[in-house]
Amino acid sequence: MSQSALQPNRLAQGGQIDRTHALTFTFNGRSYTGHPGDTLASALLANGVDLVNRSFKYSRPRGIVAAGAEEPNAVVQLGATEATQVPNVRATQQALYDGLVACSTNGWPDAQRDIMRWVGKLGSPFMPPGFYYKTFMAPASMWMTYEKYIRKTAGLGRSPTQPDPDIYDHMHRHCDLLVVGAGPAGLSAALAAARAGARVILADEQEAMGGSLLDTRETLDDQPAAQWLKTTLAALVEHDNVTLLPRTTAHGYHDHHFVTLHERRTEHLGDSAPSQAGHRQSRSRLHRVRAGQVILATGAHERPLVYANNDVPGNLLAGAVSTYIRRYGVVPGQKLVLSTSNDHAYRAALDWQEAGREVAAIVDARTAPEGDLVAQAKAAGIRVITGSAVIEAKGAQRVSAARVAAIDVDAFTVTGKVETLECDTIASSGGYSPVIHLASHTGARPVWSDDIIGFVPTTVAGVTATGGAHGVYPLGEVLADGVEAGVNAATALGFAATVNDADLPRVAPRHEGPACALFQVPHEKATLRAPKQFVDLQNDVTAGAIEVATLEGFESIEHVKRYTAMGFGTDQGKLGNINGMAVAARCLGQSIPETGTTVFRPNYTPVTFGAVVGRHCRELFDPERYTPMQAWHVAQGAEFEDVGQWKRPWYYPQKRRTSEGEGLETMAEAVARECRAVREGVGILDASTLGKIDIQGADAREFLGRIYTNKWQKLAPGRVRYGLMCGDDGMVMDDGTTSCLAENHFLMTTTTGNAAPVLEWLELWHQTEWPELEVYFNSVTDHWATMTVTGPEARKLLTELTDIDLDREAFKFMDWREGHVAGVPARVFRISFTGELAFEINVQAHYAMHVWEALFAHGDKYNLTPYGTETMHVLRAEKGFIIVGQDTDGSVTPEDLGMYWAIGYDKPFPWVGKRALTRSDTRREGRKHLVGLKPKDASVVLEEGAPIVFDPKHAIPMPMAGHVTSSYYSPTLESGFALAVVKGGHQRLGESVYLPMADGRVHEAEIVGTQFVDPKGERQHV
Amino acid sequence: MFHIYCPYCEELREEEEFHPKGQAHIARPEEPDACSDEEWGDYLFFRDNPRGIHHEMWLHAVGCRKFFNITRNTVSYEILETYKMGEQPTVGAEHLAREEKTAREGKTDSVQVAEGGQQTVGASDAAQASVKGA
Amino acid sequence: MSNSVHVYDARADHATVNAQSPLAYSFQRSGMPAPGEEGRAVVGERAFLGHLILRGGAIVLDEALREVLGIGLPGRPNSLTVDADGQRSVQWLSPDEWLLIVPGDETFGLETRLRAHLGGSHVAIVDVSAGQTLIELTGEAAHGVLMKSTVYDVDPHAFTVGKGVTTIFAKTSVILRRPDESRWELIVRRSFADYVYRWLLDAGEEYGIGVARESRHESQ
Repeated sequence: MSQSALQPNRLAQGGQIDRTHALTFTFNGRSYTGHPGDTLASALLANGVDLVNRSFKYSRPRGIVAAGAEEPNAVVQLGATEATQVPNVRATQQALYDGLVACSTNGWPDAQRDIMRWVGKLGSPFMPPGFYYKTFMAPASMWMTYEKYIRKTAGLGRSPTQPDPDIYDHMHRHCDLLVVGAGPAGLSAALAAARAGARVILADEQEAMGGSLLDTRETLDDQPAAQWLKTTLAALVEHDNVTLLPRTTAHGYHDHHFVTLHERRTEHLGDSAPSQAGHRQSRSRLHRVRAGQVILATGAHERPLVYANNDVPGNLLAGAVSTYIRRYGVVPGQKLVLSTSNDHAYRAALDWQEAGREVAAIVDARTAPEGDLVAQAKAAGIRVITGSAVIEAKGAQRVSAARVAAIDVDAFTVTGKVETLECDTIASSGGYSPVIHLASHTGARPVWSDDIIGFVPTTVAGVTATGGAHGVYPLGEVLADGVEAGVNAATALGFAATVNDADLPRVAPRHEGPACALFQVPHEKATLRAPKQFVDLQNDVTAGAIEVATLEGFESIEHVKRYTAMGFGTDQGKLGNINGMAVAARCLGQSIPETGTTVFRPNYTPVTFGAVVGRHCRELFDPERYTPMQAWHVAQGAEFEDVGQWKRPWYYPQKRRTSEGEGLETMAEAVARECRAVREGVGILDASTLGKIDIQGADAREFLGRIYTNKWQKLAPGRVRYGLMCGDDGMVMDDGTTSCLAENHFLMTTTTGNAAPVLEWLELWHQTEWPELEVYFNSVTDHWATMTVTGPEARKLLTELTDIDLDREAFKFMDWREGHVAGVPARVFRISFTGELAFEINVQAHYAMHVWEALFAHGDKYNLTPYGTETMHVLRAEKGFIIVGQDTDGSVTPEDLGMYWAIGYDKPFPWVGKRALTRSDTRREGRKHLVGLKPKDASVVLEEGAPIVFDPKHAIPMPMAGHVTSSYYSPTLESGFALAVVKGGHQRLGESVYLPMADGRVHEAEIVGTQFVDPKGERQHV
Repeated sequence: MFHIYCPYCEELREEEEFHPKGQAHIARPEEPDACSDEEWGDYLFFRDNPRGIHHEMWLHAVGCRKFFNITRNTVSYEILETYKMGEQPTVGAEHLAREEKTAREGKTDSVQVAEGGQQTVGASDAAQASVKGA
Repeated sequence: MSNSVHVYDARADHATVNAQSPLAYSFQRSGMPAPGEEGRAVVGERAFLGHLILRGGAIVLDEALREVLGIGLPGRPNSLTVDADGQRSVQWLSPDEWLLIVPGDETFGLETRLRAHLGGSHVAIVDVSAGQTLIELTGEAAHGVLMKSTVYDVDPHAFTVGKGVTTIFAKTSVILRRPDESRWELIVRRSFADYVYRWLLDAGEEYGIGVARESRHESQ
């Protein structure tokens, strides 16, 4: 075939790929072809690409080792354009698509000519374990320099510098049973539970469901396993209570059976998600699954053997060899040596030989292997060398030979003469490690099993491992185990389910002999002098490094891991961790279970930030809350300020003409204009964001008396009162006005940011301490729109629009009245946060824009001026009105604020906060008091937060006397002014304080009262 | 992410709907003015942090807006029960300590029994009483 | 009617006053895409309905409601009852709280009659009609849109007709309910309505979501 010339390692037939279509892709700038059904890894191997990366630390050439999630080397950078760059993609898990562009992750400047190569050549004396700790510790000032280069050489890809064109989303799912892994165990479990009626989600990380059935040599019901797989998948699709999620990795188990799944929806289709029927679709999706029960059918990862130069390209896992041959029709070499400790791996040699390529030998560490596969290999004429192992690979860019010798596993010695077998591929198998990652996310510790030579998981209630995931490997037993798990889960969920053996497919019996426990293979030379024997390929951790760590005194496996960085790569040491523990155990002269255990944290494989974020980004990052007048504010060109999630107009810059031409006012100019309008004419503020709580009940008044510091017994219907709220620690937590609507009916207002917390606070006290009080609280924040009309001309303007008698005697300061404004039913409150005559109009929010526009229609002749939060702040600060959370910080009492008038010490009930106001700390001298500050230089606007000292000549560190809480320029005073908290401030009126600034200037200011404008409060009473 | 049974909604709901509110059964002293500064300080600021059984108050904030209590194992995160405001727990710290003692053959050092917060001790006593059928 | 509570009709005459629903601004700003031909997901606002919060004991409120409205309180938590023509509903929100939704012009009359019937009972009735709005979601992909938006289980087998819950929606909260086989209803706070609308359009994009033409958002 012509294609075999293009793809030298592609078989003419076999595998689940579509040879009728060719896909073109680029790797490290060179163009190759592959087929639909390929992964990037299988296509690279088909094309004979041996070198996929340079190693992390030693910059050694590396090739593909595995065929799945455990791949440590073939971690690539994906993306044809800058915007679609994706780092950290395992080529073994990336489906091939036409036009795919990938390059090596490591190997700056490129994988072939690497300036770090000398390190690899010179080897370990230059980079012992703890290298970075030892080498770059001193001088500390150089760390930034070192780090820059270390990062660059050690990088695991790069993030794009342009915005991602794709979208990602989340989906919340609920099910009775989540099955992770659609191999024989998972499929059996899912089908058994689905038949019982359970809602089942079956997720599998691979491109195709089937797990080991996709490349097994075994038959089911005398048919190729693929047939049973097809029938079973069809049966699952038939069930509408089953959701199948292919290409979906369960990457984290969280509490109470909450599992996160990462579904790659279009990663197999192209660089960027194609649109679907003209609509965007998400590139990947995070499923947040809450399950009743979880079955982990995650299978097992094969362990490589640790021998000298086991990292040279051409060293593969035995199972991966079978997978590439049987699933992808790719033989990754010409001549194979298999080194194994178990029967199962023999299939790699059989598959290799059946693919028409040569097997030099199977090297088996066991002295008398005896299983059926062993017999098959011998019958096929394959040379089997027993009691031996590959002790070293030869070759630089590709394996050229295997050095084989007889070994004594227990004595850890080479016992025989070394034979060198020419080959280009060494497959190894040291047994299998159950994939216990998700089980260990539950917090349960895995335990060592000598029977399977691996860790088996323990789990929490409701989570079950089945099949290979808990060390059951023979296919027939796996299928039965899966059914049992599915039935048990369904039963636990309350469904009627029983195991029916007749449902199980027939598996041809196969005898497997016992495996031997081999991890690190002995070499003629001692570990520290032998060529490197790699344990963790991704992080370049060798057996020698682990030995050094133990020699240097690290005995805990947790410390050894951190010192050597074993298992700290993006592969989390899927291949290396058990081997590393075995090496440490050998060095420490103890068993693996004595050495410790290994657990894994989420995530199982990396998850892109896009999937984590989902749609919670850009314009949907956080809710934006709007008042009913938002459209008007936008049309007026308001600048907005975020107050909690609210968008509030900050100021309204107007067009203005200067010597430089036409432009918009600066913020200072706009605020000065808005301030003057309120003090001299009339302004209007959208105050709809204020929290509003409707309080009804016979005990409403009693409740207010307990929760506020001041008195409420005598507040008559039609009247309004300012209230101050403390925590039981005596610290101010909120303030606002509360109106008596009727004897048993009040309307409380809160600060904008505290609306929800205050409602929760009221409920807390009512539900947990005083449930006997007859009172209900309901939020009406969004129901009522509030507009504040304020300034000397406010009455004149409002009179034109309302049927309410606004006469100063009929409608006094701190009264409220019911009537109509612009034809809309309204409550009008005569309260003032500016110090001027003010009316707060409340109407149902539906009519807010109607009323607002009517006010402007009538307001022209009064130059009605909209003002924003900045002007509001200046005006209120000129009057000494506090903002809770700005002038207070959770350590300020009502007395500290000088608000003695709002403290009802003689109220009968011990109200919230009262007791704390007589604690020794709240009574002590020298507490910080709220005061006004008048800068000596009127042009200075002090910085908010600036520290205050009494003696600017004091040696540094100077004792702090307080800080500025609010500071503005007042157009009315034509001066800067501030509110501040100062130690003993109330006793220091008239004294000077100093504010040393970072730039060396020291401002002087005089301590004054907090009311800068109209201290007698006459203007709001007019 | 916890899955929490709300005793008022009578169903399991996602943790996002709830706010944790700290140790449960902290009652406000009836007569604050009769408390010493130290007693008042204890009430305001001091809480248990046991390794093991903890009675906690939670709020079903995005839901029925009701406060309720949870008995939770702070080691395993298992929620052993939820109960309405005003009710007493049926599972106490002594209960877990007994279980662990059996399981670990006398090694109980991994479990603490909450003490210090007078209300928790009271609650546990009540629990013990109810276990005994009192 | 007890004069211990201030009860008054704050609803304006929609014939003379320009009323704007919570989604009026959103329709103007984000547009109203037409639903795809298959109508797999369609949203619409049912504006200007009367929303009353009832607080109190179940027995006394149930009796008053049966008398005044002809339907009682739902018997179970997280459920709702709907009257015969589907225009009036009562939903459980908490053990002492229910949401009553009725045609807008019935709101004040209903509150008045309920209060008269309840006399001096320890109850509260609060008009929140302008503080929230009702968004309808229909189409076969509706529950897909919801799965992308809410942590609550919206599988139609689990979230059966007659169920209603307060739960998380994206980064805010909604009251979510299923009054009949074909409709989901979201009750959204006014200030969050724009965010919810934009979220719905975004989540529904893959299903060709659109806005029902009859959505009424301004009274004039």
